[in-house]
Amino acid sequence: MKKYSVFAVAREAMRHHTGWNRAWRDAQPKKKYDVIIIGAGGHGLATAYYLGKNFGITNVAILEKGWLGGGNTGRNTTIIRSNYLQDPSAAIYEKARSLYETMSQDLNYNVMFSPRGVIMLAQTEHEVRGYKRTAHANALQGVKTEFIDPQRVKQLVPIMNIDGPRYPVLGGLWQARGGTARHDAVAWGYARACSDMGMDVIQKCEVTGVRSAGGKVVGVSTNRGDIDCDKLGMVVAGHSGHLADMAGFRLPVESVALQALVSEPIKPCMDVVVMANTVHGYLSQSDKGEMVIGGGTDGYNNFTQRGSFHHVEETVRSLIETFPMLSRLKMLRQWGGIVDVTGDRSPILSKTPVEGVFINCGWGTGGFKAIPGSGWGFAELMAKGQSPLTDAFGMERFQEGRFIDESVAAGVAH
Amino acid sequence: MLSPTCHACGVTAEETEFHAGGEAHLKRFGPGSSDAEFESYLFTRQNPKGVHFERWRHANGCGKWFHVARCTMTLEVFASYSAQTYAPPADVLDAIKARRPDWEMED
Repeated sequence: MKKYSVFAVAREAMRHHTGWNRAWRDAQPKKKYDVIIIGAGGHGLATAYYLGKNFGITNVAILEKGWLGGGNTGRNTTIIRSNYLQDPSAAIYEKARSLYETMSQDLNYNVMFSPRGVIMLAQTEHEVRGYKRTAHANALQGVKTEFIDPQRVKQLVPIMNIDGPRYPVLGGLWQARGGTARHDAVAWGYARACSDMGMDVIQKCEVTGVRSAGGKVVGVSTNRGDIDCDKLGMVVAGHSGHLADMAGFRLPVESVALQALVSEPIKPCMDVVVMANTVHGYLSQSDKGEMVIGGGTDGYNNFTQRGSFHHVEETVRSLIETFPMLSRLKMLRQWGGIVDVTGDRSPILSKTPVEGVFINCGWGTGGFKAIPGSGWGFAELMAKGQSPLTDAFGMERFQEGRFIDESVAAGVAH
Repeated sequence: MLSPTCHACGVTAEETEFHAGGEAHLKRFGPGSSDAEFESYLFTRQNPKGVHFERWRHANGCGKWFHVARCTMTLEVFASYSAQTYAPPADVLDAIKARRPDWEMED
């Protein structure tokens, strides 16, 4: 792998950029791997990367039915934060956030991490109490957040109308080191690093079956032939239930469509990320100048990756009271992604009833921010059978009633 | 756009007139049941890519609950039927088979 640097740019500038190589190999499947990861999204690639980096396991294939990072990794609104209420969540999300800080250097790939700060608006008395509680919890967890008053919110986001009448801003939970990153670059950077370690990133390779013998996994069937493995990691978000079905177990997961939209590009007007959970909308301005708006989920099971118009209308209608200038903007495009939602709105990183099969799913509407932490913990779980980051996220918690209840803590925009 | 037909009053309308109520035909397990049964009742769902049986309520209409057989891949509604059933009736299964010949009912 050629290292990207200012010298590489200068050198290539001298020779008409003819010396750039492919960032990752277009690999063909081998007969057998030590570990197969299904799903080359952020979480899958991060898992493979930390398997190689932290545990020296490099005989790894990452199978992707579509193209690299083409699922939810390329469909989210790129928000990174770790201001969660429960200790296990705060631990894994804060691990992720801290890894984002040095990811560009670590991967030698610019993921454009921008710790511009994230405000979660409190627009009801209930939210004020909820976020104060979260701020206290975060103080104990070592996550730097604070509850700020409406004047401070206005100071941070001058374009905001904080007076209501319907949704007045009563304060906000402010995480100064939250922010955004370029989502595609996260997938590309990990893929490049994995490929460099000798791992095979295999695109257009759809898993059609999971083969096991005596309760232990032996490999997968794909549209490009059978591939054997010792360990199998399923990291496929919305399609987890479908894959679990192939392996012969069920998950406490339902898949719904979550959607987002972006406006036409405008001059810089907002340099933080704002989340307004009461009105189911969140907002940031991309480097291109587009206002990126995240909406709510559909209420029913859905695999269409489209979303629905009335949710867009709902989100925008509520946001324009708080952001009056939005009413003048044209919207450029809208898209949907399929997210897998669990009963307690917390993810599942777990062993499964089939020996050697591990599952990482249930990130629901908030997976992007967790990518490095999830990969770090899941790699440790796959390599050693146990990880302090993932211990609390086993799928048996639903049977034991040991929930990590973030549905109350985080509202909708999770 | 998803357009179910209310089985109670016969109105076909856009999804905004209805409220989705989740998977249909769940078997309720109460006190005295095992942990696994209780988990399956509360959390474990079929979540299929394809034919799905689910509960809907005509919230901005007659207010009645009813059942719908729907495709989660295309949002096509195959049939609506009474909420007072423990399993999809034969005519609903026929309506699904007419559109999805390869489909088989799961347990």
